[in-house]
This record gives sequence, structure tokens and C-alpha cells, in this order.
Amino acid sequence: MTTDSTTKSPEAASVPPPGAAPAPKRAARGRRRLLTRRDRFTLALMAGVPTVLHVALVWVTALASIALAFTTWDGIGFDSIKWVGLENFKQLFNDNPQFWPAVQHNIIWFVVLILIPTPLGLFLAVQLDKNIRFSRVYQTAFFLPVVISMACIGFVWQLVYNPDTGLINSLIGANKPGHYIDWIGDPDLNLWAVLVAASWRHTGYMMILYLAGLKGVDPSLREASALDGANEWQTFKNVIFPTLRPTNTVVLVVTIIEALRAFDLVFVFNKGAQGTELLSILVTNNIIGESSRIGYGSAIAVVLLVISLVVIVPYLVATFRKERRS
Amino acid sequence: MHLPLSGPFAPTPSRRTLLRGMGGAAVLGAGIPLLSACGSTDAAADPKTVTVGSNASDAVPKKAFADVYAAFKKQSGITVDVNTKDHNTFQEQINSYLQGTPDDVFNWFAGYRMQFFAAKKLAAPIDDVWDKIGGNFPDAMKKLSKGEDGKYYFVPMTTYPWAVFYRKSVFQQHGYKVPTTWDELIALCKQMKKDKLVPIAFGDKDAWPAMGTFDQINFRLNGYDFHVQLMAGKASWTDAKVKATFDHWAELLPYHQDGFMGRTWQDAAQTLVAKKAGMYLLGTFVAQQFTNKDDLDDLDFFPFPEIDSAYGQDTVEAPTDGLMVSKAPKNHAGVLKLLEYMGSPAAEELYLKGDPSVVAASSKADTSAYSPLQKKAFDMIGGAKSLTQFMDRDSRPDFTATVMQPGLQKFLQNPKGVDGLLASIERQKKQIFATS
Repeated sequence: MTTDSTTKSPEAASVPPPGAAPAPKRAARGRRRLLTRRDRFTLALMAGVPTVLHVALVWVTALASIALAFTTWDGIGFDSIKWVGLENFKQLFNDNPQFWPAVQHNIIWFVVLILIPTPLGLFLAVQLDKNIRFSRVYQTAFFLPVVISMACIGFVWQLVYNPDTGLINSLIGANKPGHYIDWIGDPDLNLWAVLVAASWRHTGYMMILYLAGLKGVDPSLREASALDGANEWQTFKNVIFPTLRPTNTVVLVVTIIEALRAFDLVFVFNKGAQGTELLSILVTNNIIGESSRIGYGSAIAVVLLVISLVVIVPYLVATFRKERRS
Repeated sequence: MHLPLSGPFAPTPSRRTLLRGMGGAAVLGAGIPLLSACGSTDAAADPKTVTVGSNASDAVPKKAFADVYAAFKKQSGITVDVNTKDHNTFQEQINSYLQGTPDDVFNWFAGYRMQFFAAKKLAAPIDDVWDKIGGNFPDAMKKLSKGEDGKYYFVPMTTYPWAVFYRKSVFQQHGYKVPTTWDELIALCKQMKKDKLVPIAFGDKDAWPAMGTFDQINFRLNGYDFHVQLMAGKASWTDAKVKATFDHWAELLPYHQDGFMGRTWQDAAQTLVAKKAGMYLLGTFVAQQFTNKDDLDDLDFFPFPEIDSAYGQDTVEAPTDGLMVSKAPKNHAGVLKLLEYMGSPAAEELYLKGDPSVVAASSKADTSAYSPLQKKAFDMIGGAKSLTQFMDRDSRPDFTATVMQPGLQKFLQNPKGVDGLLASIERQKKQIFATS
């Protein structure tokens, strides 16, 4: 298809002028006429192929998994799909001892990420934005955890938390019989232990987002507020932070996504054992493997989808409506 | 960094972004034929080749299998084309693998996990092979190789037992005797605690080791038949017998190494290597952690003690690995020849030369090259009245993975909440087994 468009391009270049000549009267209609048939063909191809792929890989699969949530299926042959209505959801809400803890943990994950690493990242970004010495070095150091894959982070941190040979227990002498602190296994501790690792990474992520936002703040705003006699805190609170609004939207959305898709870190850390159950891990446990419970797993995935829609859609709608108005 | 850039940032789609999109689409489009090419590497059926899908991805078993197949080629002139996948990946993909274009023969496990695929018609019966190799195997192995329809679907190759491991020198030093009853076991644990040893090493980070402990206590206390019924979803988890199993376990639990939820079995085995722990209930693969020859020679094991004299120690948990035939093998005659060979004592002896951590499934295989541990394992399995496979092989894998593993971990954290736990397990079991 590329050869097709290149060989015929000289013709294409020669066609527009006659179409364009009578146009100037009405701009809107004229622009439409500017497109020759070839242009339209190219455009259709360019927009069409990605659309087909998008629909096939995103929408069809998403809708299929919603449909499967109302069935039972072991993944062997399409004739073994059985319609069960709301049965999967009933079992999930009433009888699955891991479901509600998982929902709770996903929420805790979000709350912790928004309360600790996000302000910390903003703080670091503001400091780095002052062009202090070695700012690039700090920037790199704080951002490094984001570059490392989540699986590696999980692996490294579970070494740190290892009850027998881990760094923490060795330092505080908690690796003797009777004194064990089981960071990875204790259901009262392990979620927080994982969240330390998650926050460690998320801080760097937030820092880079805010840093990018701060670089975009018009210096004349700072100058003006300095002339008005505002101190540093007042400038930040009343001038800088409000201009970071678009960045805040991105930060919020990114953090919600991070909280809902939290998976790899925990899976490597302790496979989502008691105390660290997450919705994404329940989906995986039910769907992946032999004689899989695809219907049941899809039901959990649908719950995850609904939660993300409920959280994200109203916020984005409200934000963009405001942006458009201003 | 992929940020959802839209709204205030959204640039109007320029020609360049459109082009980029098309480029990506072209790459994707080019990838699809490549992917489908991967699936169909095997050309038309070649009478001189048999394909085998293997999960033996570790270096030692991989090499051992290669040696066996080389010997088979020399004997029969048939080439074995092995397609090895990572052990866990193989297991996770087995469903789609068997439904697609599987190899003629594939590595798999005996027991329920074999019967499941036999019942789904994803494996072919091999009674004709067993007519020839039947004499090589004890009755317990024959039982393990049959599907629910009574036909043979499986050729066992190797097996290993679960038992209680200990160091001879430690037992000698403190004058301990191998316990043969539950009361002796508890008394020994108490004594070890006094002697500043961890009585029973334990690590359940991977969630499956606890299933091994449950199996031992349950079939010692309630017998093989009840255990199998329970695993097959027929007996109830709220039965008083199951409750009794957990009560026994709760009695033994205080003597387990603490901090076990975050510990892998490898780390737990290290406490036995370091002589800090007295005993460890695990499969013979625990020997892999004994890298020093002297330590390995010092390692010994005994079968889990008797709890109910009606059952004694008649059951051994001996997970068995072997081969199965896929639903429509391309080279049927070659498959028969290969399996006949693989079921022969000669092939198993050759395999064990390369991988001495297991023992032969055939009772005819020569045992003279066995280490003392292997010999003991072989005798233990040969003398067993019944063999079990391990909870996740004897029951539905979806049930054990999504219900039993978290359930047992919950019990280990809170042994007192067993009634509510068992009720919950039974409810979920009914739901899962109802769907088949």
C-alpha cells in the first residue's frame, strides 16, 4: 500500500489546485473539497487500519470478557461455554473469601499512593526546579526506580524483607526463632511492606510529571508574584500550584490506574497471599493455568472495569468540561 | 512513559502522527503471519520422526531425556524431535497447547491431572502400548495410569516420595529415635525444642508445601479412600474427619519453624543443612539443597508416622511424571514404538543415570546404581499399598490453586478459625466442582 501511494503521488499533487480554485467563498466546504479521492483513500486507510486493530484488540476483547462473565467456561472448546446469568457475581460477592479484601487492598493502594508518594514527588520536583547544584544527578537518582520493571522491584524488595536473610531482619536481629518479623507473610504487615516498595517507585514517577509541569510555568508569573511581595510558600500555594492543574489531572489519573493495575510487584513479592490480595491477582489466578475458570475470572475483571469507569469517567468529564469553558 | 494525553494537551492529529499510526499497524500486520508460522513448524507426517512437547526445562532432566531419546534413535531409527518449554509456562499453557496443534507425545503428570485431559478427549488412549509394557510396572502405577474410563492414557517414567527428612548425625548426637506413631512424633518435637532445635523446618511462601503436610496427616488419619474422595470433591470438607485432620495439624503447628509465610522451601531446607532444624517434611528434591557431599550422605528420611493403626503407613505420596499421547498424533506407529521403549526398564535406567534425584516408576528397573536415599525411596514406593500424587495433582487444579492454597495459608495464620474456613472451602468446592 505504501508503493501504491508513492507511485501515484505526482498525480495527486497535480489534482488539488483545480479543486481549490473555486473554494475560497466558503471556508468550511472548501476545505472538504481540498481532499481528493486519493487523499480520502489514504486517510481512510490510515484511520481505518488502526481503528480495526483497536476495535478488534480492545473493544471486541473487552466486550467478550464482559459476556464471558455471565458464563462458565474451562477454556476447552466453545461448546463448553454455559450461560449462568449472575451466578458468578453471586459467588464472588457472597462466597469468595478473597474478593472483599482484594477490593479493600486496591483502595488502600490508591489512598496510600495519593497521600504519600504524590506529595513527596511534588516536593522533590519543586526543589529540583530551583536549579540547585547537581540537580540532574538527583533527578536521575529519584527517577531510576521508575525505569526498573515492577517485577525486578518486587524481587529486590522481597530480598530486603526476607525473614531469614533479609536486610531488615538481619539489621534489627529479628531473624531468630521466636523473634521473627514476617514482612512478607504476616497479613497485618505485608501490604504495608509492599506499599513501601510501590511508593519508592511512585515518588520518582510523580516527581518527573510535576517537574515537567513546573518547567511549563510561565516565569513571568513568578516574577509578578515576587513583585507583589509574596514569599516562596505563598507563591507556590497561590500561583504555581493552580497553574499545575493539568498536571494534577494527569497525576490523579495515573495514580488511579497504578492502583487498579497493581499486580506485578505483589505477584513477585508473595503471589498475593493473605493480606495482599488484589483484584488483578484474583483475575490471573482464576484465568491462567490448567482447567481455568474463565467465566469466573472474567466476572472479577468486569468488577475491576466497573470500578475504574466509576472513578475515572466522572472526573475526566468534569475536568474537561471546566477546561473547555475557561 | 505513556501518559493519557488528551484534553488540554490534545494536539490535532497531524499527518505525522497518522503516519506513525500506520507504521505501527504495518508492524503489527507483519507480525501476525510470523506468529502463525511458529505454530506450524511441523510439516507433513514424517514416519521417521516423533515430536515430543517437553516441560523438562531444567538442565539436568533435559539432558537426561536427550540421552534416552538418542538411545531410542539408535535402536529404532526414529528421530525424536523435542520441543521444550519452561516448566511452569508449559503447565499454564497446557489447555491451549492441547487444543491447538500439539506434539505427538507430551510430558505430563499422573493422577487427576491426567484424567482431566483424558475425559476432555484431548489425550489418546494407549492400551495397545500397555499390552506390551504392563509387566514392567507394579499395580499402584497401573492404577495411576488409567483414565476414569478404565483405559490407559499415561506411561509413568519417574517418581519420588514425600517423607520426613532428618540428619543422621543430629539424631545420633541427641540420641533421638525415628518416631513411628503420632505420640512419638509429638514427644520428639518437644524434646527437640528443649534441645534448642527447630523441630520441623517449614516454608510456605509458595503456598504448595502446606498441601503436602495436609495430605500426610489426612491419609494417615482417615485413610487413602477418604483422602481420594475428598480430593475428587465427593467427600465433604465439613466432615468431622477433615476437622480432625486440622486438629492434629494444629497440635503439630507450634513445633514448625515460625516466619514460614515469607520463607521459600529452599530457605527452610537450609536450616536442615545448617543442623538448626531437626526434621523437614518434603519430597526427595530437598536433597538438591545439600550441595556438600558429606551433608548429603548424612541426610536420611522416614515415612510420616502412623496416626490410626487401621491405616498404618500404607499410603505414600509419590508424584509421578511420565508421557501422554495427544489427541491425534501424526506418526501413530512411531508413537507406539517410542512409548513402548519409554516404558521399558532400560529407558528408565538410562534416564536415572542423567537425573539421580528421582527413582524409576518401573519395578523391573535395575536398582544397583541407586544411592542409599534412592534405594530407600524406591523400597518405600514399591512397598506402598496406595500411592497419592499430591493435592494439586489429585484434585482439580483450579480448586487447589484458588481455594485450597489461600485456605491452608489462612489456617496456618489462624488455626482456631478452622470451622468457618472449612465451611467456606466446602461452599467454594461445590461451586467449582459443579461446573466441570
